Amino acid sequence: MSIYEAIRAVVEEMAPDLGITVTESWDDAILDIPAESLLAVGRELKARGFDRLGMVTAVDRDEEFELVYRVQSRTLSAAAFVKTRVARERASIDSLYEVWPAADWQEREVWDLFGIAFVGHPDLRRILLPEDWPGHPLRRDYEDANVIKRPDYI
Amino acid sequence: MAIVDRLGAALEGAGGGVILTSVDALVDWSRGQSLWAFPMGTACCAMELIAASFNKFDFDRLGTFPRPDPRHTDVIILAGTITEKMKPAVKLLYDQMPDPKWVVAMGNCTVSGGIFYYDTYSVVRGADTFLPVDVYIAGCPPRPESMMDGVLQLRELVKTESLAPGKRHARELLLPEAPAESGGES
Repeated sequence: MSIYEAIRAVVEEMAPDLGITVTESWDDAILDIPAESLLAVGRELKARGFDRLGMVTAVDRDEEFELVYRVQSRTLSAAAFVKTRVARERASIDSLYEVWPAADWQEREVWDLFGIAFVGHPDLRRILLPEDWPGHPLRRDYEDANVIKRPDYI
Repeated sequence: MAIVDRLGAALEGAGGGVILTSVDALVDWSRGQSLWAFPMGTACCAMELIAASFNKFDFDRLGTFPRPDPRHTDVIILAGTITEKMKPAVKLLYDQMPDPKWVVAMGNCTVSGGIFYYDTYSVVRGADTFLPVDVYIAGCPPRPESMMDGVLQLRELVKTESLAPGKRHARELLLPEAPAESGGES
């Protein structure tokens, strides 16, 4: 049984109203979920053996932000991506801190660089940049007068 | 330090240039032979700095060896990219060093920002934007040999300094050589 099939079996046990779509990609499973059910999916996955949150990151897709979570299981020897999307104007989503405390610094980093607010995070401060930094640098529309553009001839 | 500063001004004012030069030679010799370094390793250049300190290149034989406490050191070696967030910490550590003190910028990032000069929001473009740098060592990262050359250049710089405020000798001051021993009994 491949990793994808193992994860598909786990997801099929979970409640159908969570709206999970599982796709295979390079023998890896990607769980596409609506943003509202993130916390519920997190709890379900944790209860089914996904005991570790490896990574949280985000991608700027212009109209919306895509959030990417990597969940790992030591009992199943498997890992999966969980992806969800939030609108750019209302960049806010539930924090997974209460499910996996490892989300603490990871979510602070996403807040710092993308400006996505995590509701329910106990300590949502900047982590990499100075506290008084204006804006969120990894957004595509970020502008900073201090940045020198690379000339074309280099 | 304050007493020595006044001594330099007094000797200079009384026309004691010859005496001052001799005192300078002694002071510069003693300062230049033991430049204890504060290794401000903020990125990958620190690896080459560590390599330079250990037995293959062995900086101890130049009198330069790393101390982790800024209050014990004469020269701060800035090894690695300085980010906007790290800048206040670097400045604080530099301010904690007692006078006289020197600054070595090691690697392209501390010289000018290096590869982070363009399209970067978080990197300070050169340590000389906020610290008085004495020696620049180019390289990404510099080999320990370059590092050693930088320390030797710093020693030359130190040995032209004068106790008189705002004065510098044109060339390295040398202590008078000890008289050759007479034949001896054979």
